Amino acid sequence: MLAVFIKEFSSFFSSLVAYIAIGVFLVMTGLFLWVFPESSILDNGYATLDSLFAVVPYLFMFLIPAITMRSLAEERKDGTFELLATRPLSDFQIIGGKFVACLSVIVFTLMLTIIYYFTVRTLSVPSGEVDSGAIAGSYIGLVLLGASFISIGIFASSVSKNQIVSFSLAVFLCFFSFSGFDSLSTLISLQAVDAFVSSLGISEHYQSLGRGVIDSRDVLYFLSFSALFLTLTKTVLGGRKW
Amino acid sequence: MSIIVKDLTKVYGEQKAIDSISFSANKGEILGFLGPNGAGKSTTMKILSCFIPQTSGVAEVNGFNVASQPMEVRRHLGYLPEHNPLYLDMYVKESLGFIADIHKVERKQSRIAEIIEMVGLGREQNKKVGQLSKGYRQRLGIAQALIHDPAVLILDEPTSGLDPAQLVGLRALIRELGKTKTIIFSTHIMQEAEVLCDRAVIIHEGKIVCDSVLSDLLTDHPGLRLEEVFLKLISSGV
Repeated sequence: MLAVFIKEFSSFFSSLVAYIAIGVFLVMTGLFLWVFPESSILDNGYATLDSLFAVVPYLFMFLIPAITMRSLAEERKDGTFELLATRPLSDFQIIGGKFVACLSVIVFTLMLTIIYYFTVRTLSVPSGEVDSGAIAGSYIGLVLLGASFISIGIFASSVSKNQIVSFSLAVFLCFFSFSGFDSLSTLISLQAVDAFVSSLGISEHYQSLGRGVIDSRDVLYFLSFSALFLTLTKTVLGGRKW
Repeated sequence: MSIIVKDLTKVYGEQKAIDSISFSANKGEILGFLGPNGAGKSTTMKILSCFIPQTSGVAEVNGFNVASQPMEVRRHLGYLPEHNPLYLDMYVKESLGFIADIHKVERKQSRIAEIIEMVGLGREQNKKVGQLSKGYRQRLGIAQALIHDPAVLILDEPTSGLDPAQLVGLRALIRELGKTKTIIFSTHIMQEAEVLCDRAVIIHEGKIVCDSVLSDLLTDHPGLRLEEVFLKLISSGV
């Protein structure tokens, strides 16, 4: 698994994929946080990173599928999957190596945004008065959210040999699992069970972590979400009807 | 016995890709696996390398069952898939290092140097895989199959698309390897089998039509060249 991880990780950084994804991410968050007046911290006047944590899930919705779309689709298209699968590696080791490699890229990207935290801390009056607990909780939420989106992306990549199909499917699934359940729960006919329906979605658990309370139910939700999609991926690969 | 195949069958939907075939290969033998395109050669090799499961029947590699002990089989097997898939954006040494890491090869660097020397990639070793010509890619594919020093080698059409000089070099390499390892290689070119292997299994439409030592084939069909024997066998369909 370590070998697959190293190979995947270095392939992100030896091609343009990682640089473009990280660059786009940083430019977008920078614009939203400091330039666009509607979400700008400077115009807002409060020393919080709320607008960062509100916008990142929507950026991840596009960037993570862009990172994951090639992971299995390309291997299958080029036939290199046969190279991996006939080595002493279980399917799960292959999937796991890829998952951890993508997650490392995401964690690395998020680490770069910590500079925003220090900026806000410095700018606040009196200096240093920011809700660090809530921010830490939100970062943990983002890593878990990233893991869930990556597992969706890898699953979508296993379904088709075509990267565009994988990308589109992953964006749809990410969007639906993030905010789809919330929106569904407002349907009149579902109002009796609205709390249950919205608790199926990522958004509710992400916001709950963002309040700075690490609830084991939320963590468990994210972990089982990733596990579900990685298991689905393994099932798809195990079929090998191609 | 390094390879034992017994009543192996693979069904794709309605179609039988291979139909209860049986053969075996002894230790240190080079076995040619011959047949026209679409005869079931690659399917058999994919089953032997644990890439796809068989529908029924038994296959063993180096004493390990492909269905129940796939990890052991993969550890003892070097497999060159058809069309030789490679990671084109890796460097030659990097790709060998990757495979060596998967197999947890000891003394990785010296093993890589040794294998590069063995397959004759010395001059190309600092290039990217995508920059290599077809012949060198094929050598790299074989190097990847050999890096963990497997007892059994399965090469699916190792010489397809090579120019005559490369062909001679690669055949010499396979013959050299065959002194210590069991090798199954597939081809649809009869002359190749003639220069390379001791024994040939000829497969046609999923069935084995002939399994014999090459010299016996010639004595059984006096006056015919090997190629004519091959054509006769696959047209009669036995």
